[in-house]
Amino acid sequence: MLDQLQRLGSASLNTLERLGRGHLFLLNVLTGIPGLFLRFRLVIHQIYSVGVLSLLIIGVAGLFVGMVLGLQGYNTLVDFGAEESLGVVVALTLVRELGPVVAALLFAGRAGSALTAEIGLMKATEQLSAMEMMAVDPLHRVVAPRLLAGFIALPLLAALFSAVGVMGGYFVGVGLLGVDEGAFWSQMEDKVDLFDDVLNGVIKSIVFGFVVTWIAVFEGYDTTPTSEGVGRATTRTVVHSSLAVLGLDFVLTALMFGD
Amino acid sequence: MEQSRVIQIWVGLFVAIGLASLFMLAMKVSNISALTEQDGYILKANFENIGGLKIRSPVTMAGVVVGRVSSIDFDRNTYEAVVFMTIDFKFDNIPDDTSASIFTSGLLGEQYIGLEAGGSQDYLKEGDSFTLTQSAVVLEKLIGQFLVSKADE
Amino acid sequence: MSSNQSEPDSPPQTLVKIRGLRYFRGSRAIFDGVDMDIKRGKLTAIMGPSGTGKTTLLRLIGGQLRPQQGSIIVDGMEVNKLNHRQLYELRKRMGMLFQNGALLTDLNVFDNVAFPLREHTRLPESMVRSLVLMKLQAVGLRGAHKLIPSELSGGMSRRVALARAIALDPMMIMYDEPFTGQDPISMGVLVSLLKNLNDALNLTSILVSHDVRETLSIADDVYVISEGKVVEHGPADVVQKSGSDWVQQFIQGKNDGPVPFHYPAPELIDDLMHG
Repeated sequence: MLDQLQRLGSASLNTLERLGRGHLFLLNVLTGIPGLFLRFRLVIHQIYSVGVLSLLIIGVAGLFVGMVLGLQGYNTLVDFGAEESLGVVVALTLVRELGPVVAALLFAGRAGSALTAEIGLMKATEQLSAMEMMAVDPLHRVVAPRLLAGFIALPLLAALFSAVGVMGGYFVGVGLLGVDEGAFWSQMEDKVDLFDDVLNGVIKSIVFGFVVTWIAVFEGYDTTPTSEGVGRATTRTVVHSSLAVLGLDFVLTALMFGD
Repeated sequence: MEQSRVIQIWVGLFVAIGLASLFMLAMKVSNISALTEQDGYILKANFENIGGLKIRSPVTMAGVVVGRVSSIDFDRNTYEAVVFMTIDFKFDNIPDDTSASIFTSGLLGEQYIGLEAGGSQDYLKEGDSFTLTQSAVVLEKLIGQFLVSKADE
Repeated sequence: MSSNQSEPDSPPQTLVKIRGLRYFRGSRAIFDGVDMDIKRGKLTAIMGPSGTGKTTLLRLIGGQLRPQQGSIIVDGMEVNKLNHRQLYELRKRMGMLFQNGALLTDLNVFDNVAFPLREHTRLPESMVRSLVLMKLQAVGLRGAHKLIPSELSGGMSRRVALARAIALDPMMIMYDEPFTGQDPISMGVLVSLLKNLNDALNLTSILVSHDVRETLSIADDVYVISEGKVVEHGPADVVQKSGSDWVQQFIQGKNDGPVPFHYPAPELIDDLMHG
């Protein structure tokens, strides 16, 4: 009984300590962000590896999600004779929820894990130590550009996901199932609001981009410097950032749409 | 240096694609129809009330889409709505005594303009107006009339 | 930097001064009262068995770790009392060669050597190029400047890392096990390279190693540490003639002596009988 209590206690303390380290780490990284604007080439390099290399998976996933939404939405709406609203259903679902959330989950799997593994391996092979000894702060030189790149890339990826998804819904709804094209677009234009829906979706994806990248770079930096440790940190990145995205999505949705 | 050039080009492309997506999402809210103007000739019709008719709403004849609403205006003198519609060139034989009505597709559906052909041998041309029009059915008005007529009994 | 030795108020002969150093990892004492003096312009070797914290000592000197007690003074500055900026300024004047080179894997050889120059100076690219090629020439790898780190052998990686460590012309350089796992040829190359660099650039070198023969052949001054303490200190020939059994066992690589072949265990016969 006491043993279990002790285990619970030490687990909580460990979690708290990690959280604290994560925040201190973030503070130290953030102080390096302003300097990056003078050396934006570093960031561009990272946007390439987290953004450009995620384009394909995001585009394909967005297309299929949109097509499925078109199919499922049509089947439900046609019972009410409201299949003209298909555009609204597809667009709202994507712009408000699925775009930011699914893009963030895919981003965590594709780019987040790669970031953790990369930084973890740099630590395991003493590259981070070597930088410190060369009087180059790895938090500023290695971590900060990656954090900023993730922060920039995810909102763009999420927008791409939503846009491609709407096109997928359009192909299925209008192309295959014969929903009226004009109604599809005009109802969408009518019901989707630039600020309430599109902008809120973008805000969500900005928050997700920040949190996922933060978790990824921290797990990489905090990894046990062995190959096993890097493997475990990579898994943790995917699990923790996915959970963080879903949890934050609920909070943000409640704040934005729940009045 | 050559490799970093390739990377920069890719990143430029990536940002452009992302911004284009954002633009597309934003345009859906305002007016995307401006981007996809179709060819056709313009007819107009005055309605007392257009209900929920919108730009890009379909114009149908016997259930077939023959055109789309291209713009909606308000007549300051008659206090009526003026609806301009673009009719496809394929349908160039609409009689000039055709009537235009605003209908609703289904109970919750989209509103559209339905044309009912008349018997005249003269056809409508670019810029002509429909003389016979029937406004949108406003549900509240209909219920109100129904209640009043019941009360009168 | 070493040129100001000729100024009237010449700096003291000791570049790194360690006094009463105590460092614990958990409850285990890695260093338990260590005193050392690393002399300017000399090649000082620190030897000892694996796991005695030789690498830890370099990290303490470089300020990556902080001792629980004692002081480490490098060029008149107490390392663990410096703030972040001062520490980084000091590190610009130190070079460190990590065990496996620790080259940045996403940069090629040239960019690796250019890395400290580009980070800390605003030299024009043409001058960076000349400097890098000169440093690479010094380690014999100018021809390899386009290779990426994964294409290099272990010995070549270390030589590139060495070129990188001397890129900013440091006052001192620390070598962490530079000879481990090298074939005889690259070992020989590294040994003579270390010695020549130390003499030619008037560097102060700290060499951590357990490769006895190679280390003793080039070291000016030798510290042998074991169990957190300095057990022998002196010039190479003095250490070689040390009266301590332990030092003799270490230097000659005998399999039994003060450090027993057997991990502490009950008598074999007892174990077998009761097993």
